[in-house]
Amino acid sequence: MSELPRLTLARARDGLRAREFSAMELTEACLEAVDAAGALNAFCAVTADRARAQARAADARLAQGEAPDLCGAPLGIKDLFCTEGAPAQAASRILEGFTPPYESTVTARLWERGAVCLGKLNMDEFAMGSSNEHSVYGPAVSPWRRAGDAAPLTPGGSSGGSAAAVAADLCLGATGTDTGGSIRQPAAFTGIVGVKPTYGRCSRWGIVAFASSLDQAGPLAKTVTDAAILLSAMAGHDPKDSTSAPRSDEDFAAGLSGDLRGRRIGVPREYRVEGMPAEIEALWARGAEMLRDAGAEIVEIGLPHTRYALPAYYVIAPAEASSNLARYDGVRYGRRARIGANEGVTAMYERTRAEGFGREVQRRVMIGTYVLSAGYYDAYYLRAQKVRTLIKRDFEAAFADGVDAILTPATPSAAFGIGEMADADPVRMYLNDVFTVTVNLAGLPGVSVPAGLDAAGLPLGLQVIGRPWDEAGMLDVAFALERACGFVAKPERWW
Amino acid sequence: MIDEATARRVAHLARIEVAEADLGRVAAELSGILGFMEQLGEVDVDGVEPMTSVTPMAAPLRADRVTEGGERDRVLANAPDARRGFFAVPKVVE
Repeated sequence: MSELPRLTLARARDGLRAREFSAMELTEACLEAVDAAGALNAFCAVTADRARAQARAADARLAQGEAPDLCGAPLGIKDLFCTEGAPAQAASRILEGFTPPYESTVTARLWERGAVCLGKLNMDEFAMGSSNEHSVYGPAVSPWRRAGDAAPLTPGGSSGGSAAAVAADLCLGATGTDTGGSIRQPAAFTGIVGVKPTYGRCSRWGIVAFASSLDQAGPLAKTVTDAAILLSAMAGHDPKDSTSAPRSDEDFAAGLSGDLRGRRIGVPREYRVEGMPAEIEALWARGAEMLRDAGAEIVEIGLPHTRYALPAYYVIAPAEASSNLARYDGVRYGRRARIGANEGVTAMYERTRAEGFGREVQRRVMIGTYVLSAGYYDAYYLRAQKVRTLIKRDFEAAFADGVDAILTPATPSAAFGIGEMADADPVRMYLNDVFTVTVNLAGLPGVSVPAGLDAAGLPLGLQVIGRPWDEAGMLDVAFALERACGFVAKPERWW
Repeated sequence: MIDEATARRVAHLARIEVAEADLGRVAAELSGILGFMEQLGEVDVDGVEPMTSVTPMAAPLRADRVTEGGERDRVLANAPDARRGFFAVPKVVE
């Protein structure tokens, strides 16, 4: 097996520019790695022909010089992104056979810059889940295992295929989306870096919508520098998304120094949740120590409405999902259920959605329908939107006090086993999002950085939350953390 | 809390077919999730504006003119049943 897929994006870029190897060699090596990793179930579609055509074009561009950072870089794309001529199913049965006739803005930006599309990545259906177990393709499997234990573990979710593919070195980077933690939690579970940008930074056009006021696309990558390179390509104004911010493109990798002198980092006391493993508590304290060593001032801060973030999220996200998913009715695209000769269009809608949506999606659509229905709207939805205002104000107050970024754990535990949460009630699964969901509610950028291993040898991550539009500053804190942690562990290859 | 009659009504509003035998399970699951949301009742939200936009941004405007169109065949390409340039559905009017 070639070593090329193990390269970081930055190292591959330099190697491609120096003509140490070609984009075609790198692409073939990645396609081979993907092919050999069926046991991870990370890819749900491989676009080999497209990859080779793009690699050929990248080599031509590289030969001319002046190629962009991503030129010739093989990437994986979450199944939530529409990719012209390649299947996009959002891991749902209801979108069976759907081949988008257009390309999402974010992926179009990647291809314009010479990136190579290896294929589509597994995920939780419609991005609803924290374990990738709610997928029509079956669960994606983490390349990591507990020491001395072959039990399959979740790579997290919803961007589970993206995390598994990057952690297992099947591709150099991947796209994900994050509505409540769906990039940062899988990144933390698999020992890689995941960035959820400020709301409005990346265009949502052409990405299957889950909860429109919370959804953001972002990269999953092997290092902070790689994530910064990917984000620089993905982010940018798009008139086709009215919530896309009219800001000029930025190079987020340019300013990474790891020098935090004069920076103030907040540590929120409300994130010390009950039942948090001592290992995570210790990791968090160590992370703060490292940032202090890098020159930062560490201050304790209060974010008093934190405990209401999860219940507010689980009102708002399902409400928006119930509206967004109303379009899946078996008429315009996807799979239609068979009905009897005496049944009408309503039966067709209802059976199509019963057969096409998995159980978790059905649950959230029904909860969303309920909280928006007459008589309950004020009690649930309107109240949740007011609580959301208060959560955002908590952050604004901290930033107004001079805090530049905030350090928290990324997840309340390391990865759990596939099937381990099967009998748990849905709310227990929702608790996975406890540290990440506030960031979506407040529209802020957040990044998960691998920071250590637990006693069983599984990765644990820390989260850095930035000021709105300060991805550059946030990534610099992440860069300092990455350097100080020196996280180099890789899963032992068993697949 | 949600009883079976409410679960039946919500499922119909959401246009999701739920078998009578499953209504109890659905009602219990939805009740559990709603119970978790009840915590929101503890928060003092007097005088707080509900969030409408997470980033303070004016809605962008553009000229009211056709930018894309004439794509009938591409629009219909993914339909489970398309006939003579239309989406086909079961009979709606008796």
